[in-house]
Amino acid sequence: MALDFSLSADQEAIANTFGAFFARESPVDVVREAEPLGHSPELWAKLRSLEAPGMAAPDQAGGAGASLGTLVVVAEALGEAIAPVPLIEHWVASRACPAPEIVSGEQVAAIALRPANVDGTWRLVPGGAVADVVVGVDRGELVAVHSPPPMAAPSNHGSAPLADRSAREGERVVLGEASELDPLLDLWRVLTAAALVGIAERAMCMGVDYVLERHQFGRPIGSFQAIQHGLADLPALVDGGRFLAHKAAWAFDERLVDGAGVIDMGEGNVTEFAPLAAMAMLHAADAAAVSTDRSLHYHGGYGFSLEYDIQLYFRRARGWANIGGDPSGERRRLADLLWGPAEALAGR
Amino acid sequence: MDFRLTDRHEALRTEIRACIDAHIDEEVIARAHHTGTNHCVELAKALGDAGLLAQAMPGEGQDPMAMWMLSSEAEKAGAPFDSVGMALVIAGVLNAAGTKAQNQRVTAALLAGEEFVCFGLTEPDGGSDLPAISTRAVLDGDEWVINGSKMWTTMAQVSDWVFLLTRTDADAGRYGGFTVFIIPMDTPGISVDPIHTMSTERSNVTFYDDVRVGDEWVVGEANEGWRVVSIMFGFERGIANTGALTPLLSRFHQWAGHTGVIADLVHREHMAQVAIDAQVAELLTQRTAWTAAIGEPSGTQGSIAKVFATEAYQRHARWAQAAAGPEGLLSLGEPGAAADGWIDHDVRHCVPQTFQGGTTEINRNNIAERHLGLPRSR
Ligand SMILES: Cc1cc2nc3c(=O)[nH]c(=O)nc-3n(C[C@H](O)[C@H](O)[C@H](O)COP(=O)(O)OP(=O)(O)OC[C@H]3O[C@@H](n4cnc5c(N)ncnc54)[C@H](O)[C@@H]3O)c2cc1C
Repeated sequence: MALDFSLSADQEAIANTFGAFFARESPVDVVREAEPLGHSPELWAKLRSLEAPGMAAPDQAGGAGASLGTLVVVAEALGEAIAPVPLIEHWVASRACPAPEIVSGEQVAAIALRPANVDGTWRLVPGGAVADVVVGVDRGELVAVHSPPPMAAPSNHGSAPLADRSAREGERVVLGEASELDPLLDLWRVLTAAALVGIAERAMCMGVDYVLERHQFGRPIGSFQAIQHGLADLPALVDGGRFLAHKAAWAFDERLVDGAGVIDMGEGNVTEFAPLAAMAMLHAADAAAVSTDRSLHYHGGYGFSLEYDIQLYFRRARGWANIGGDPSGERRRLADLLWGPAEALAGR
Repeated sequence: MDFRLTDRHEALRTEIRACIDAHIDEEVIARAHHTGTNHCVELAKALGDAGLLAQAMPGEGQDPMAMWMLSSEAEKAGAPFDSVGMALVIAGVLNAAGTKAQNQRVTAALLAGEEFVCFGLTEPDGGSDLPAISTRAVLDGDEWVINGSKMWTTMAQVSDWVFLLTRTDADAGRYGGFTVFIIPMDTPGISVDPIHTMSTERSNVTFYDDVRVGDEWVVGEANEGWRVVSIMFGFERGIANTGALTPLLSRFHQWAGHTGVIADLVHREHMAQVAIDAQVAELLTQRTAWTAAIGEPSGTQGSIAKVFATEAYQRHARWAQAAAGPEGLLSLGEPGAAADGWIDHDVRHCVPQTFQGGTTEINRNNIAERHLGLPRSR
């Protein structure tokens, strides 16, 4: 084994399959039609015919038991197309709750990223508006609750199928202890990071295409250096996000979890999964925000109009990134992972 | 993708580290800062004796990971390494384009860590616009006569050789008519004046007054010099000198632990951000080295890594200084200086990183045109 920045032959095949699938089945008019709910049952049905909903579930449960390195490739393709399906949430939930109807995708599952509040409500669950099953923490337990989805979402920035869901009403199955949510959240971070990288990449390409085509002052605006330099910063952000997501996935697939990996800040050496997952998510969120900001700005006023596609990406760059919580808090959590918890140091 | 270094690379890293540890201590570092010369003969010689310079030399069939490792280990240790880094680049260029005699005489001595070389490219009127240089070499019988001056000839004061870019045909178009020489520094007619800088690092202006050299010191063909310097740019950019965030963060962390600042949530948040950017800089650098290693063009990837790493270094060095308060202003060796004065050093040292090896703007032009496919803006 040695350092290698290329996709494996398997990953390449998956990237081609899903890249072509989303390009064909989830063009922007499908994305637009799915607004404001942010979910396309037809697209979900097509994903089922590829057996995509069961990719993440273990093979003993009838899933494909795909590596995280494989799932990351699909998630990036999904992000590039801003496909209106809660596939990432479904995959993560299916790891904890691989029931046959979830593995097949007959039922949609979602993951509550935060514990239920005192009233037993999971607030703003991603995919919650359309999920038949929600996996999450309530009263110190990891549970799966089956109940009819509202099929409506509060109007939101990224047109995401968010909804409040009850952790207590419906058929409730205890899956384990509350702490079992943590590794699921890390999977969600890595996959969401990959999707955000897809958004950042696509927004960058849309910006490049537009500035080559749009003329002002008798020349393509892409020949103005101010615009060139704004775009020239983006490949580092996009590639950096992609490599971090892949490195986190690699660490997971190599079982560098729960202390089996390295965290040596003096050497700048980090191979442990959890901090890499946090880094990937934080960096990809920034990359998607900056890339969509600049790309939209270089579209001029047109970028602000609903008619242009860049606004769809701009809104999802934020809508998908912030659903996991305040990035400041995430950075502090990362600091705890890298240097030990702040509370332990406060009294020194 | 795979992010594990091979056992061979891990062993190489251990060997490099041992060599650095054996020759670098506070005194050596203090001397480099005092003299402004980032140069340590003992370290160079030890790396040469161990065969590590020969392994780290860039070029076809070589392992670019070795150069990255050597550079990043030196950065982490704060080792005075600039003279060695420059020797490696020129050894690689001579290996690719030089004559057998030049390689026997010069490359061998550079890789032994016994002789050193400076880069004579930039001129008062030819900086980013390097083709605008005016140092001339004119053939007189079987000798070349060179006249002109060079700005920022760093390490000239300790160099045995200068790698000199000259104009030999002014009518051959923008990139035609250049000739590169490798010339002994003790050739009559060469003189060196120091340039002192705000980071204590010293550079020089070098003057060339009727310097006479034979044809045997032409690197590559006469009038084909642009090809030779292009090889050189491909070797250095985005593989070396991109690892400064890791030592910055670890020194800040050490200081923060002593002072209790480590528990401050706002600073912890920023430390985490520096850790992320350090990872990204390393991944982009490793990707550049990996691409070169599989024999593909890595030029724009080098620009991507360099701009990200050096711009992030400046952002975070300035943050570290502000976070350290007045103690962050105290210089190396001053009692009570935050992180023993390394923070003040970093804030100075980060400045030229965004022009050495091509400025941020020149690299962004490169990314825009050659990576994103945008039209030339000039
Ligand atoms: C500490 C130090 C060590 C160095 N060591 C060496 C050495 O050993 N050998 C050597 O030959 N050189 C060396 N250099 C020189 C270095 O390569 C040059 O500084 C660099 O090429 C920029 O040239 P300049 O300083 O003349 O700036 P200029 O080219 O005058 O640039 C000034 C500003 O204008 C911007 N600019 C210029 N052109 C463009 C453009 N087309 N588009 C947008 N912006 C532009 C630049 O980015 C910069 O911000 C060293 C420099 C420093 C500071």
